[in-house]
Amino acid sequence: MNRIRSYIKQNKKQKLLIPFITAGFPDTKTTVELIIAAVDSGCDMIEIGFPFSDPLADGAEVQFSSYHALKKGMTLHKTLKIVEQIRKTSEIPLILMGYYNPVLSYGEKQFMKDATAAGVDGLIIPDLPVSEASDFKRYAAKHNISTIFLVAPTTDKARLKKIEKSCSDFVYAVTVTGVTGTGKVFGRDTDNYLKGLGEVLKKKFVAGFGVSSPETARRFCKYSDGVVIGSKLISLIRNASSKSRGVKDAARFLSSVRRAI
Amino acid sequence: MAQRVKRGPDRKGRFGPYGGQYVPETVMQALAELEISYRKLKKDESFLTELRGYLSDFVGRPSPLYFAERFTAFLSGPKIYFKREDLNHTGAHKINNTIGQILLAQHMGKKRIIAETGAGQHGLATATVCARFGMECIIYMGAVDIKRQAPNVEKIKLLGAQVITVESGSKTLKDATSQAMRDWVTNIRSTFYIIGSVVGPHPYPMLVRDFQSIIGKETKRQCKEKFSRLPDVIIACVGGGSNAIGIFDTFISEKSVQLIGVEAAGHGLNSGRHAATLSKGKPGVLHGSYSYLVYDDDGQIILPHSISAGLDYPGVGPEHSALSDSGRVKYVSATDKQALAAFELVSKLEGIIPALETAHALAYLIANKKKFKVRQKVVVCLSGRGDKDMANFSENDKD
Repeated sequence: MNRIRSYIKQNKKQKLLIPFITAGFPDTKTTVELIIAAVDSGCDMIEIGFPFSDPLADGAEVQFSSYHALKKGMTLHKTLKIVEQIRKTSEIPLILMGYYNPVLSYGEKQFMKDATAAGVDGLIIPDLPVSEASDFKRYAAKHNISTIFLVAPTTDKARLKKIEKSCSDFVYAVTVTGVTGTGKVFGRDTDNYLKGLGEVLKKKFVAGFGVSSPETARRFCKYSDGVVIGSKLISLIRNASSKSRGVKDAARFLSSVRRAI
Repeated sequence: MAQRVKRGPDRKGRFGPYGGQYVPETVMQALAELEISYRKLKKDESFLTELRGYLSDFVGRPSPLYFAERFTAFLSGPKIYFKREDLNHTGAHKINNTIGQILLAQHMGKKRIIAETGAGQHGLATATVCARFGMECIIYMGAVDIKRQAPNVEKIKLLGAQVITVESGSKTLKDATSQAMRDWVTNIRSTFYIIGSVVGPHPYPMLVRDFQSIIGKETKRQCKEKFSRLPDVIIACVGGGSNAIGIFDTFISEKSVQLIGVEAAGHGLNSGRHAATLSKGKPGVLHGSYSYLVYDDDGQIILPHSISAGLDYPGVGPEHSALSDSGRVKYVSATDKQALAAFELVSKLEGIIPALETAHALAYLIANKKKFKVRQKVVVCLSGRGDKDMANFSENDKD
């Protein structure tokens, strides 16, 4: 069974903590160390970002990490190698997240095949809405890969149901109209939005974009089944005095979120 | 003889396999609303009357079809006519589209306008209509383009728009477009995004084409007035491709008319430093649509190069991709050097300083004059004026 599916089945009440880690930032070795540290900090699944030159749904932090990862030669092929390496020691569900063109360029069919073989369990493509994803969904299903689509505060109820149907195991709720990592203060409207989602969706959903503290994570987990944290981790790594310090800071932060939710 | 040709986009926003809506979920609803509003308004007689009024009294349409006598003599081949989009208000074809989109924005009750710009012509045309309609206006422009198109930046600011410098990536049109899209995602409820070319997610390639198609409609009528028949050849430069689609649109069903799009070959098609998307690219997804694109083996967008900021873009409109595959339009290219030479030559021969973008279309004609016959009538879409390019020209002329 797909690792995401079996994990959710076995941990029905667990709030999901999912870090987003850019493959190749600050370098490949540190990426692997970060993933292992995240597993040890009590994360439930890992989202590994494969970088793209033009990440138009992302804010400054993910733009920065993507740019640097690409400069160091990271590719989608090499991202799969990182997955293979993690799989030697861990069975944690692994989700790849990135833009559509690298997947198209790889060849959708071949990519799904190689991704499953490497140990990938799920895929998130932020610039691929469900209406454009029929081939993508078919290939993913064939290779037992979980498809995760985004819903946004602007998504109406009819679309919400349609998107939910296309999500194999859980839905990714974007908390704000905006890009990742804006550091914006969330108002009551976000709580209401997430609460409303819980009333419409039957599948589990996680909240992401702008979750940067244990307090916000706890607040969102009142309504959602978990949170995704990305930009905050990138900024911790950027601002650390060394790479190993960065890994430690990120792990400590993730542990504090774990305790909070 | 006109033939019925199946024209896109289809119900899913596709021109053949090209187009679609590859955007974050946040903007899907806004695209649907835009399409509904546009489809309703384009049949609304009072909207169309309003649009025609601004096109005539504010933009200055129809633009003339001018017989380029000395350029024709220089080529000693076909008779060359210029469709004078450079004479429009703000000096290029861009305003045909911005006037249409601002009216659309107004009807949709949007108050805040954003746009991307490369050469600054679209930024200028957007800032101009925003001033006219009293709308807040934010223009995203790459740092490199701000430097090479300084006069337009000054004008945009004078018109009351805010210019946001984009420092990411190549600091040109590609990155200005990404940044404008990020703004749109963030301010989706209040903001109307005026896209400047036939690119982006559906319905933009369709509505920008429709607003620009007046170029071709006038050209057809003017050709009949001037020489009582259709032209034999139409040539236009292609970046995203809005002036080209604008002049081609009406003629696509006229099989006797040869259509030629000229892309920017930069330092040369095999130099790796070009923006010749259809000649050298392959289908991919960027900025909301599936179309020809220049990218590497990993799917990463390759930084394009052209001396002309307006052509310096790694993608092209999805309808051009379909027209290229079907062979209805022939896509060729001209280098930086050829464009600079044409810029100077046409200025001296005709007293018309063309935009460096437009100079690519003229350059192709000069390099391939032997391919045309003396009895042929050739229309070049003179998409814009070159005042904005003077600094760039003087700098490169020294090399």
